[in-house]
Amino acid sequence: MSQPLTCDVVVVGAGMVGAACALYAARAGLDVVVVDRGPVAGGTTGAGEGNLLVSDKEPGPELDLALLSGRLWGQLAEEFGQFIEYEAKGGVVVATSPGSLTALERLAAEQRAAGVLAEPVAGGALYTLEPHLAPGLPGGVHYPQDSQVMPALAAAHLLRASGARLFTGRTVTGVPRTSDGSVLGVRTDRGDIHAPALVNAAGTWGGDLAALAGATLPVLPRRGYVLVTEPLPRMIRHKVYAADYVADVASHSAALQTSPVVEGTAAGPILIGASRERVGFDRSFSLPALRALAAGATRLFPFLAEVRAIRSYVGFRPYMPDHLPAIGPDPRVPGLYHACGHEGAGIGLSTGTGHLLAQVLAAKTPDLDLTPFRPDRFAEEAA
Amino acid sequence: MSERPRLAVIGAGPAGLAATLAAAGRGVPVTLVDSGTAAGGQFYRQPAAELRARRPQALHHQWRTWERLRDGLHDHVKAGAVRHLTDHHVWFVERLPDGFTVHALLGPEQEDPATVHADAVLLATGGYEHVLPFPGWTLPGVLTAGGAQAMLKGTLTVPGRTAVVAGTGPLLLPVATGLAAAGVELAALVESADPRAFVRQSRALVSQPGKLGEGAAYAGQLLRRRVRTLFRHTVVEAHGTDRVEAVTLAALDADGRVRPGTGRRIACDTLAVSHGMQPHTDLAESLGCRLDGPRVHVDDEQRTDVPGVWAAGEPTGIGGSALALAEGHIAGLSAAARLLGTEADPGEWATAAKSRTRQREFAAGLDRVYRPPAHWTEQVADDTVLCRCEEVTAGAVREAVDELGAGDLRTVKLLTRAGMGWCQGRMCGPAVAGLAGCRLTPSRRPFARPVPLGVLAQEPDRPTERGSS
Repeated sequence: MSQPLTCDVVVVGAGMVGAACALYAARAGLDVVVVDRGPVAGGTTGAGEGNLLVSDKEPGPELDLALLSGRLWGQLAEEFGQFIEYEAKGGVVVATSPGSLTALERLAAEQRAAGVLAEPVAGGALYTLEPHLAPGLPGGVHYPQDSQVMPALAAAHLLRASGARLFTGRTVTGVPRTSDGSVLGVRTDRGDIHAPALVNAAGTWGGDLAALAGATLPVLPRRGYVLVTEPLPRMIRHKVYAADYVADVASHSAALQTSPVVEGTAAGPILIGASRERVGFDRSFSLPALRALAAGATRLFPFLAEVRAIRSYVGFRPYMPDHLPAIGPDPRVPGLYHACGHEGAGIGLSTGTGHLLAQVLAAKTPDLDLTPFRPDRFAEEAA
Repeated sequence: MSERPRLAVIGAGPAGLAATLAAAGRGVPVTLVDSGTAAGGQFYRQPAAELRARRPQALHHQWRTWERLRDGLHDHVKAGAVRHLTDHHVWFVERLPDGFTVHALLGPEQEDPATVHADAVLLATGGYEHVLPFPGWTLPGVLTAGGAQAMLKGTLTVPGRTAVVAGTGPLLLPVATGLAAAGVELAALVESADPRAFVRQSRALVSQPGKLGEGAAYAGQLLRRRVRTLFRHTVVEAHGTDRVEAVTLAALDADGRVRPGTGRRIACDTLAVSHGMQPHTDLAESLGCRLDGPRVHVDDEQRTDVPGVWAAGEPTGIGGSALALAEGHIAGLSAAARLLGTEADPGEWATAAKSRTRQREFAAGLDRVYRPPAHWTEQVADDTVLCRCEEVTAGAVREAVDELGAGDLRTVKLLTRAGMGWCQGRMCGPAVAGLAGCRLTPSRRPFARPVPLGVLAQEPDRPTERGSS
């Protein structure tokens, strides 16, 4: 049909993670092609809130990735800030009982030790930060590093800035490999793309792509709704959510239960999200899920009861059994690299993911140890 | 309270009224849920009672059909067979294991909730007008043709003194004659369709001689009032600072392009414009009903593919009031039979089915005649606002398509906010699709109208039914 395409790296997935991988790989001097069966930001990216959070992460590899990603987002903001609606607005996590406040402050202390800015705020100071919160809350923690970006715009602008050749509406149908199993590129419904390196940034559908390349990757969908209100003058200044620690009887440990994140946006509407349901790829509307979001938001901000929801959107967050993404080379298939499975944190973690993957592709030592993210970790456990 | 299976009919226009009378006539209790303060919908919109209109029929045709529907509803309500809930604005229909819950907001404030439980629902939610943008279309004084007609029928007032009626579609003629009869000076009637197209569609169109006669009567009235009627013309710009003061019209060539040098300026203080109708499909979509393009898919009995859900009138395809009456009648009889546990007998609605076939052919013929100019997007300047809710310009949409890789409505929306605002793309959807060069696909709208979070958060444990009955 046309000349076969050749490049250094083919990235499958034109969402936020694929865009970040393309940008950092291109800036490392690699010739990049991005291919997606849908449009730019057509999957989970287009259905996300754009949370760049450190507040919701316990110390560990995910928090390290979030901190790295946050620094990189700060740099990108200087380049793209207004186009991608980046806002370093900060987060406020609210405790709804004195017991939860103690647990929340303990977590904040551990996060501070890991490098997070986490400032405890007592009752009165809480209302200086967020004047419209429900009265009588004992306190919370302010996380100045929590930020916001408009995910679809961020993906589109990073892709454009990468200079990568972008092919949307093109479905990958196979992964040709050499006799020793090395990746030769991708076969699509509209011709082959030759490349010695394939980046799996297919998000929730990353398991299917891995299977085409002969590897198993247990990515599963988790349905999430986001509620959007009518535009308002700024009433909510931060990303706000409630954290409650409830005893998990089965494991005799404390399990964190969070309310939906409530926040104002530059454009005016308030976003409330996201719900979490493991129901496969079911797109039908669930009034109970939306009801729970509305109830959680109005408990935190009673004024919202009078505010109208004008729409809601649904997406599928890609989660892995241990809730950590898969990042890095797949030792089972030479030339296959993964960058997927970020669950509800993919927008925030995309920059760090792209940066680390570009370092690996350029044969440099990555800034973070990728061992916790290695894609074959589940296969070993199963064996 | 009856224990018999209950049907909820949503919408009290021609389709909803016909369905209600048909089902109630078979002994099925019906709850007719409607956003209007009185039955009639858009087509039979009535002047507010306090205006004490002496001859409301002067603004309507088919007045006798309306009287039959109105009196039939009145009798059923009086007999307790039909509960008519006015000022109920439905925002969601929830499918439950034991039937459906219709969630509404009580108007006009739309703050307090009301719910109706039913064993089956019949969607007769009508359609809405769409307008394609052109420079100046957001000026005060520019309104939809349907809006001008609603104003006339509902409040007995006129929108201005000198009007141009423009666009395309069978609505333009009655709106123009209505305005002229009400004393508005009609500067021009501007229709982009080509009269020769009527000849090409003559077979489909002559199947409805009554309808053609109706059109001829309107045209005759305009002729008597010496209204200038321009076919194959279009409005290319509306001028004015605080409100519309004039419009520029231009002729179209055979390909639907504006012919250079044909522009002419006409003074007016009102521009009533329309480019056709779109089916209201929000409730059907959130129920999971299959759509065919922009229309709700129904079978010969007007059943959707979701058990217990019927649809009639404009949601199943734009076709006007006579088609809506036929579809509503069939849907009502079918729903009644199914709810009473009997087989539906198509023989019972053979006459309506024949009318439905003829009306659908006629509507398809009209649809081929009345088309916006093929190249209308060429007249849209980069600074023309497409999405009024979010103030998104044509230039922003073009940039998203040309430079950011958007190729479909959803991506354009994500990258520009076009269609994200209050009306959720109902107004701008066709325009954005036209500019992006993509298909107009229905966007998923979970709420048929904005709903307060406090209402959404409530558990509807005790269904309530309020309103006039």
